[in-house]
Amino acid sequence: MKISTIQEILDAEVVCGEEFLDDEVHSACGSDMMSDVLAYVKDQAVLLTGLCNPQVIRTAEMMDMRCVVFVRSKCPTDEMIRLAKESDLVVLKTTKRMYEACGKLYLAGLGVSPTEAKAVN
Amino acid sequence: MDEAVRFHFVVDGEDFTSAGQASVQVKKNLRRLGIPPEVIRKISIAMYEGEINMVIHADGGEAEVLVYEDRIVMILTDRGPGIADVEKAMQEGYSTAPDNVRSLGFGAGMGLPNMKRYTDDMKIESVVGEGTTITMTVLLA
Repeated sequence: MKISTIQEILDAEVVCGEEFLDDEVHSACGSDMMSDVLAYVKDQAVLLTGLCNPQVIRTAEMMDMRCVVFVRSKCPTDEMIRLAKESDLVVLKTTKRMYEACGKLYLAGLGVSPTEAKAVN
Repeated sequence: MDEAVRFHFVVDGEDFTSAGQASVQVKKNLRRLGIPPEVIRKISIAMYEGEINMVIHADGGEAEVLVYEDRIVMILTDRGPGIADVEKAMQEGYSTAPDNVRSLGFGAGMGLPNMKRYTDDMKIESVVGEGTTITMTVLLA
């Protein structure tokens, strides 16, 4: 899925990283607990979170992620945007809540394995 | 002993928001040395969790990263309160971090287990009231 598709599905605002919207990503995770995100490395490329501090950006960077989505209209600070730009991260912001945002992306096929996709459809 | 490339960092304990700076720098340096990305990721996560721990528990500390031909060694040293029960601290979910740390996305008792998970060897030397030294090794073979 292209990051631009995620933006459309979540009706999200692009905070930074517009130049990477065409990049393809194949999996995502949603959590407010950064240690949990760090515990399960599985090449997730997108982090959805309601937590809003610089450690979110750093966590995404450590995990080689491509995109961070702030749910519930959380607004990243200038410092966070600066860090995100430094590591070529796309930052999106949506009014949707975590559950709905994750559900929509999952239904659209992000992070669904081929066998699961068959079951869903 | 083969010659190592050595990086040294001081981890500032004053400011939680700046925690992770050393890990970011290590990541950049290792990339420049041509270390494989999956190895870099393991090292940066282990180092990042260690850095966060030093900021949360020990008011900062020092980190040394040694890059050998066949392995990378990270040595994190602090003069914090020490770990009273290392075995307990290694259990997932056990944490002595204050509540305000949890609202920042950490303090879930995953730090030390994560550090062990991503390294090939981890040694904790801790004296209550004096400090803690954690030595982690990741093999490059």
